[in-house]
Amino acid sequence: MLAFILRRLGQALLVIGAMVVIVFFGVNVIGDPVWMLISPEMDQNAIEATKVALGLDKPIWEQFLYFVWGAAQGDMGRSFVHGEPAIKLILSRMPATMELALVALLMAVFIGLPLGVYAGLKPDSRISKAIMAISILGFSLPTFWVGLMLIMFFSVMLGWLPATGRGDVVRVLGIETSLFSWNGWTYIALPALNLALLKISLVIRLARAGVREAALMDYVKFARAKGLSQTRIVGVHILKNIMIPIVTVLGLEFGSLVAFSVVTETIFAWPGMGKLLLEAIQRLDRPVIVAYVMVVVVLFVAINLVVDVMYSILDPRVRLTEARA
Amino acid sequence: MRSSVARLAFAAAVALGAAAMPAKAQDLVVGLSAEPSSLDPHFHNLAPNNQLSAHIFGHLVMRSSDQTLIPGLAESWRVVDALNWEFKLRKGVTFHDGTPFTVDDVIATFERVPNVPRSPANFSSYTRGRQITKIDDHTMRITTGVPSPLLPNDFTAVAIIPKGVKDATTEDFNARRTTNGAGPYRILEYVQGDRIVLERNEAWWGQKPHYKRVTLRVIRSEPSRVAALLAGDVDVIEAVPTTDVARLKADQRLSVFEATGSRLIYFKMEMNRSPAPFVTAKDGSRIDNPFLDRRVRLALSKAINREAIVARIMDGAARPAGQFVPDFIFGASPRLKPERFDLDGARKLLAEAGLPNGFKMTIFGPNGRYVNDTKVLEAIAQMYTRAGVETSIETLPPANFFSRASQGADGWPEFGMYLTGWGSSTGEGSDPLRNIAATFDAANGFGQSNRSRYSNPKVDESLKKAIATMDDKERAKLLAETNDVAFADQAIIPIHYQVNIWAAKKGITVTPRVDEWTLLTGIWKQ
Amino acid sequence: MTDIPHGSRQGGQEIPASPGLPAIPKEETPFTQFRKAFFDDKVAVAGLVMFSVIVALAVLAPFITPQNPYDLRSVDIMDSRLSPGSQAGEGFTAWLGTDGVGRDLYSGILYGLRISLMVGALSGLIAASIGMAVGLTAAYAGGRIETILMRIVDLQLSLPAVLIALILVAALGKGVDKIIFALVVVQWAYYARTVRGTALVERRKEYVEAAQSLGLSNARVVFRHIMPNCMAPVIVIITVQTAHAIALEATLSFLGVGLPQTEPSLGVLIANGFQYMLSGKYWISFFPGLALLLTIVSINLMGDRIRDVLNPRLEK
Repeated sequence: MLAFILRRLGQALLVIGAMVVIVFFGVNVIGDPVWMLISPEMDQNAIEATKVALGLDKPIWEQFLYFVWGAAQGDMGRSFVHGEPAIKLILSRMPATMELALVALLMAVFIGLPLGVYAGLKPDSRISKAIMAISILGFSLPTFWVGLMLIMFFSVMLGWLPATGRGDVVRVLGIETSLFSWNGWTYIALPALNLALLKISLVIRLARAGVREAALMDYVKFARAKGLSQTRIVGVHILKNIMIPIVTVLGLEFGSLVAFSVVTETIFAWPGMGKLLLEAIQRLDRPVIVAYVMVVVVLFVAINLVVDVMYSILDPRVRLTEARA
Repeated sequence: MRSSVARLAFAAAVALGAAAMPAKAQDLVVGLSAEPSSLDPHFHNLAPNNQLSAHIFGHLVMRSSDQTLIPGLAESWRVVDALNWEFKLRKGVTFHDGTPFTVDDVIATFERVPNVPRSPANFSSYTRGRQITKIDDHTMRITTGVPSPLLPNDFTAVAIIPKGVKDATTEDFNARRTTNGAGPYRILEYVQGDRIVLERNEAWWGQKPHYKRVTLRVIRSEPSRVAALLAGDVDVIEAVPTTDVARLKADQRLSVFEATGSRLIYFKMEMNRSPAPFVTAKDGSRIDNPFLDRRVRLALSKAINREAIVARIMDGAARPAGQFVPDFIFGASPRLKPERFDLDGARKLLAEAGLPNGFKMTIFGPNGRYVNDTKVLEAIAQMYTRAGVETSIETLPPANFFSRASQGADGWPEFGMYLTGWGSSTGEGSDPLRNIAATFDAANGFGQSNRSRYSNPKVDESLKKAIATMDDKERAKLLAETNDVAFADQAIIPIHYQVNIWAAKKGITVTPRVDEWTLLTGIWKQ
Repeated sequence: MTDIPHGSRQGGQEIPASPGLPAIPKEETPFTQFRKAFFDDKVAVAGLVMFSVIVALAVLAPFITPQNPYDLRSVDIMDSRLSPGSQAGEGFTAWLGTDGVGRDLYSGILYGLRISLMVGALSGLIAASIGMAVGLTAAYAGGRIETILMRIVDLQLSLPAVLIALILVAALGKGVDKIIFALVVVQWAYYARTVRGTALVERRKEYVEAAQSLGLSNARVVFRHIMPNCMAPVIVIITVQTAHAIALEATLSFLGVGLPQTEPSLGVLIANGFQYMLSGKYWISFFPGLALLLTIVSINLMGDRIRDVLNPRLEK
């Protein structure tokens, strides 16, 4: 197990290296950041001075080597736009995004799982059909469109919840979070729901499919024959069986939640790192894009690792192949 | 165990919820469309930064809502001779921490401006070559290398810092260690990407603003910004999307405020090379650059139905344009009117220019940089196609667009014809002439944005004479004449000036500004 | 020997009886069985009918619309934002209204459907093929090949779809081919990973060992025995991903890097109408949204049934 994890971490470094190269040169293809930074009436000398100040006057490969040299010493570069260390900017925005993604993930599980299990157990009931219809709607509509609908309905028409922004933040165990105040929850409810909608539908479908499949398995039939209660059959045997795909998918989907927060954060003006990334892309703030990619890749590799380990624990038939590779 | 945690959380929630309800009469929440990139007033010459600096630090000279110069930290100024100015500073002004404001602070500011590390767009063009001599604490003489009638305009861009923080870094400002200024507000809280909380400076020298505590929230998505106002999250929003103006005006709970802006939306055409990029005959074969013919440029201007664009695309929130700046701006020509829509005239001119069958081109524009930019481009492509110039459009994200518009793969501006915008940063008319109409001359700072490489010696000569003229009246006349020459020649094709729009809850008055700034000193309770 | 995909967990003793279905005569092909089972379900049939109508409308668009929305000569801004049912200046009735530049929405939606369907279907099929090939190869080959392939998949999955698509499309420029390329790039790894996950479990099962010990070729084991058992999750993902691909395309348009404005897909139409959402001109975004919704719902209704039918363990 330890060898497996170590190997994975080694590979993670390779992944990060490859990603950084792609992003570094990819962003360079899009355009020269200097045109997004300067004010239009600056004269040519001032523009050249800006290029020199930001290191943009050098050829791209030289800029890259310079970046690698800095990164080796723990310096990931400074934002062109903000002049602050890029990593610092991202980490300062991270708690807001993580908080949003976490609440969305919890919503997906706590709303999706019961509905999906119900729909799987009673596939022909009217309620199940309604649940499935809603789940189809859930991933049929683009996130940004649903986001504005939520704002229109809950904020503009009903006036129940605030339309944009993040609520009051308190520091808990060194991390800033808005989850410890009522005010904070009123702010996070809509964006988290918006972000979770797709995942709720996904969990409903996975759970329903899993339950239907498991219900026909011999061991469940056997358990029924033995006279075990329905609660026990569902709670222990079926749930255990359907958790495998759900854990896998949700593990992967957490990353997608963090990524899709780009859209949700833009609509709800949520001050997370997704919004920072979009602004960085729009302004070609390369150090921030690269740093974001590094942070996110580390995060996702870690998630994948956890998912794989849990997968092997939940389903012992799966071997962790890499250990022998 | 679990329930006690829950109870604790609930108790905390109630306590915090109660603490978070201070919606007092003197509180205001403003939804901004763009965020300052830093609190350092000399880091980035960018409208949102300068707007914030005006609140915290203040400037020697200020611009009124219609762009006339008004005294700021300087009480008065006068021309001594062609190369010397004398400025009298306001007496009795203090910074937030109580230290008095003197000439020494201005000198310190001028020393810091050119030396901000990693500044993406610094302010040194406003301070370069300007020598300050202290006469007494509140009087200074400024010596310039060349006659500089625009000196007071330039001073509207340089935020004044106290001399004690001359060596502060950008991080010091961002961490609010050195945000001590002489502006009407002081900064209480700064959450990058989210909000800036300001508190009124009770000791400010000017008329005390109404709102004591102001939260600036950054909401970049347009529908979200409007929704935030409709939902009551914010009290005022800037940059109201044109599509929503009618609805907001009809809403009894809201008021809308508008001012014609100085931002011109216009076309540039390649006027140096032949053939022009992305321009061909209708069968795709090569043709000489048609834009080199003034008649073609005029035809392309006549083919635009500006009134229709204003009415149908901009929902009335624009004014048809016939020159670089609207007629109320210093230096505008009273003789230039928007070109009238004349389809037959356009076709006739094309025929006269030897293009009776028109030609084919792709026009370019940024997507999301200017109000309704893509739709304006689409509408004009329709109009050109009707006039016989088969036009397709390509819009690009601004990052991509400006990079390629300035320098394509071969180092030249890449597009043959493209839509762009210009807002006069000095608040007067010489600025666009100098940057767009003057012959490209990087070394001397002329034609910086003249990517079409238009060149007319008459324009250059007239402009150079104007900007060395110290007398305001005479200079305004010369600038107007320069505009006449440039537009007789169709140097660019002007389309419209954007209208700047604010919306607020009923009972709040916003002074609409020509320069798109949202200033808290202009927001009042009725 | 039977061709029904292997479902028995007990090691190849017998196929479990299907109590709900009448006995199927042996000579029927799997396709006939599939068709029968599919048409058993009224909802699925409704989905199929709906989808067929949508596809027919899209294919026939040039013949049944009053306007070619891509031809700038036939679009007039004086007709912009007409409400549904208004008379357009060009002499036809805009039953669904017009958009912000005067495009007839009914025509725009039908032409947009063509693009959206093509983008969704092409990117989905290409991505699924690549993903399944990679996933099966990894699971079956194991060892170094698996490690390398799954590292590439990780590399892919470690970057968010929106981010890759955003950067790709921003760097490549706008265009249908570029969007499809970007959508394939962001989708294939999902299939690869899921197929590999399922195949890993399958390949540990006794029937595979049995097949191998019978001396069946690797290709036969993979394609005849392992692959059919991986189809259920692939089909779930296809239904999810087709919807996702179309929505992602719309999202990219919303972020300003999607398809060209002049040849709008449904996504571009929705994104354009997005601005009008609060202004009361609901139709500009609502009708394209409805078209998108119906398209995806019909795909999903069919997908659900196909999955139920293809997986023999789910027979009622």
